[in-house]
Amino acid sequence: MSGSLLSINGLSIGYSDAQSRSVAVISSVDLSLAAGETLGLVGESGCGKSTLLLAIMGFYKAGLHRLGGDLQFMGEDPGVMPAGDLQKLRGGRMALIPQNAGQSLTPTMKIENQLFEALSLHSDLPSGLWRQRCFSLLDRVQLPDPGELLKRYPHELSGGQQQRIAIAMALAGEPDLLLLDEPTTGLDVTTQVHVLDLLREITAETRTAMIYVSHDIGVISAVCNKIAIMYAGELVELGDKNDLIDNPAHPYTKGLLDSIPRMHQDRLPVSLEGMQPQPGQRNFDNQCVFVERCSYARPVCQQHKPDSSTVSARQVKCHLASEALDWKSVEGSDRINKPTKFSRVVLRVKDLSVSYDRPSLTRWFTGRQPSLVTQGIEFEIRRGEILGLVGESGSGKSTLLKTIAGLQKPFAGSLMLNDQFDLRHSVGSRDADCQQKIQLVFQNPDASLNPSQTVEAILARPIKLYFGSSDEAIRQQVDEILTRVNLPLAYRTRYPGQLSGGEKQRIAIARALVAKPDLILCDEITSALDVSVQASIIKLLLRLRQESQLAILFVSHDLAVVDVLADQVVVLEQGRIRESGPVSRVFSDPDHAYTQSLLASVL
Amino acid sequence: MLLLIARRFLFALITLWAVSVVVFIAVELLPGDACQAFLGQMAQGQRLDNCRSKHQLDRPAPVRYLKWADGLMAGDLGQSIKRDKPLADIIGSRFRNTVILGLSAAVLGIPLAILLGAIAALYRDRQADLWISGIAIFCMTVPEFITGTLLISVFGVWLGWLPGIVIMRADAPVLEVLSNIVLPVITLTLVMVAHIMRMVRTSMINILASDFVLMGSLKGLPRWRLVLQHALPNALLPAINLIALNIAWLMGGVLVVEVVFNYPGIGRLSVNAIADRDFALVQAIALLMASIYISLNLFADLVTLLLNPRLRSQRGTG
Repeated sequence: MSGSLLSINGLSIGYSDAQSRSVAVISSVDLSLAAGETLGLVGESGCGKSTLLLAIMGFYKAGLHRLGGDLQFMGEDPGVMPAGDLQKLRGGRMALIPQNAGQSLTPTMKIENQLFEALSLHSDLPSGLWRQRCFSLLDRVQLPDPGELLKRYPHELSGGQQQRIAIAMALAGEPDLLLLDEPTTGLDVTTQVHVLDLLREITAETRTAMIYVSHDIGVISAVCNKIAIMYAGELVELGDKNDLIDNPAHPYTKGLLDSIPRMHQDRLPVSLEGMQPQPGQRNFDNQCVFVERCSYARPVCQQHKPDSSTVSARQVKCHLASEALDWKSVEGSDRINKPTKFSRVVLRVKDLSVSYDRPSLTRWFTGRQPSLVTQGIEFEIRRGEILGLVGESGSGKSTLLKTIAGLQKPFAGSLMLNDQFDLRHSVGSRDADCQQKIQLVFQNPDASLNPSQTVEAILARPIKLYFGSSDEAIRQQVDEILTRVNLPLAYRTRYPGQLSGGEKQRIAIARALVAKPDLILCDEITSALDVSVQASIIKLLLRLRQESQLAILFVSHDLAVVDVLADQVVVLEQGRIRESGPVSRVFSDPDHAYTQSLLASVL
Repeated sequence: MLLLIARRFLFALITLWAVSVVVFIAVELLPGDACQAFLGQMAQGQRLDNCRSKHQLDRPAPVRYLKWADGLMAGDLGQSIKRDKPLADIIGSRFRNTVILGLSAAVLGIPLAILLGAIAALYRDRQADLWISGIAIFCMTVPEFITGTLLISVFGVWLGWLPGIVIMRADAPVLEVLSNIVLPVITLTLVMVAHIMRMVRTSMINILASDFVLMGSLKGLPRWRLVLQHALPNALLPAINLIALNIAWLMGGVLVVEVVFNYPGIGRLSVNAIADRDFALVQAIALLMASIYISLNLFADLVTLLLNPRLRSQRGTG
């Protein structure tokens, strides 16, 4: 395309391995972007999307370098520029909005100084006008009270404010191209909607081109008009947003779209089997990079690497692209089939309030009430029931979970397990029986599994602890549980580091299951996973619930996942229940304004 | 913020009081007492009793503690029976000498250590880093008395540039002290630099890998500004306490160095006091050392507060 702002041809980036062979992290990417165009770059973790984004800025992480190809931004190649020119370019004509604004702002510098710095580098304004310019930038990103804000340090701002500051800083140099690296991933959904609105406005008004990297196709489609799908370092499909989402041509795009849980659907999301190949794991010079996970693969896919072809105004890297357009979404996906009858109550929470204030002498004297993190919480979970607990950060979800698990003492109210055990006791003073009946699964399996224990040791521990079984019996139970969570028995001897994210989370779930609990507490257990893996965990939870009549308390910020998975839902805001009831009712006909705004934020 | 500082001060005072009690009890537990030590093992009868009543050693321990503490608060360290002089006079000039030596080493060594640490981190695993780290670790591993002796034999004996050992009275004028301490300062610096430099290097490497440094470079910041304004202030935060401990170590009088160079400092005085069984002097020096450690730690805390805005304010999400 002539006059394009950015053009990338056959770009490959990689590193040299121990045998000095080149290993590609990104291979033969073709991409071009005209002024004012907005492109979304979608892919799962490890597909190379951030590497590509940084390469556009002429930045390569330690060890990475360009293996081949050509990259031009306004007729120049940032990869070979002299340092001085590159410093002018970065933050000037091309600016990055980083993933985690909180950590991307220097903690020891005031906001003011960090913005002034950007202006000193990239604008011709005399320093006397910087303050005024900062005011208008903060106004541009809709931050009120700029005078006060500028004097603050980064940690004194909320996540949304930090992200807006990062956007203002990127706008300081009046860039022609904005590069965004998952800028809303750490934000609450309602904040995310505001930031996305802002970005859309800015690009529309200033005709700034934009490349938006994200794993979330919903976010991308809210701000971009073109979408590029990346898989294992290759650009597999590139096309117009609506076109691509409505009628994907590449089997991976199809799979990705099918695996996303959506609101108000009667079918379960479909997981993609297998794993994305890691760089250097296999040689894809003579085969399609997606062949191992492709349900449509033919012999030709294993013999030749597909070239990029244009199919109905789209760039697709697939041998079957021309026919694939006619394929319907994967049929035969399971219907959502929610049970309606449940037996006895497993967990009964009544008028529960929790406070983090510790008893102190001053309070005893002054008679001041402690500040309550959650207040007046009431709900029940029955056998075989999944209860979704939703709310934004700071709503008290984790506090509730901790209280039920016995890691935090309640301030008032009652908590009963099976109408038999009083859960107001902290975990250390509960009966062994009671401890065994409640199990926890954490958000991040990397942090919750001991990296120096084998899978067998991890799973054997609770069995030994609660049942004191013989070694032979333990072995048998470990085998049994691995089968139940769909993992090969050979995994017994592996270490967590040798497993993928989804497999690790399966082990974490298995560890909870071997204790034969009545209630499993799940804290955001799918949010650290890729969507295609998330779908398989959802399926696993549903099957386990049915097999063992488990009660599951599922904490999540993702309403679509809760919609698919849960029977009942409790909506929390600022430590209070705003609404609760059957998922089907609450999500289709919400009573409370807060629930409505949450639902409106779902992309 | 003010409340925070007030609390730290209060805790420092409480610690100091606790230390004074512990020091008093420890000396009390030693066999014999000051008069016995002064008059010798064989002393008995009237002379001992006279001495004890003269120095009020016949009073019960709590009373003597209160008297001692009362004197301390008025700035009176007490009297050495053995040396028959006010303790303040004995300690004063020695401590001054130690402070001069220690401060000179600190002023030279700390900026050097920070600079070297930052350079080593910036050129991590390359020539500059390997040389700096290698030499620093070598200097740290070689004991002070060998470094000192080597320096004396090279610069004092072989080249004859500098005096090999210090020959001066404890209360010599400051200028004379300064001209005498070149070699001891170099010895102390060599030992101290490695600790701080390694810490700064590690902390700087962590900071250089952080998001805000990457962001700074993608914002178009020149390298030197990125390092000086963004990375270094953050990298120094964890090193502040280590630096304070090193200064305290220097202020305590590094005995080996003082002995090798024949330097009249507090380190040698304390050993002499123990050897002479001069109870009052031991007690006073122990308390002095403790207050130095406590006040330098307090100082480090305050500096950290000053440099780290996250500790200073409670508002925001932190």
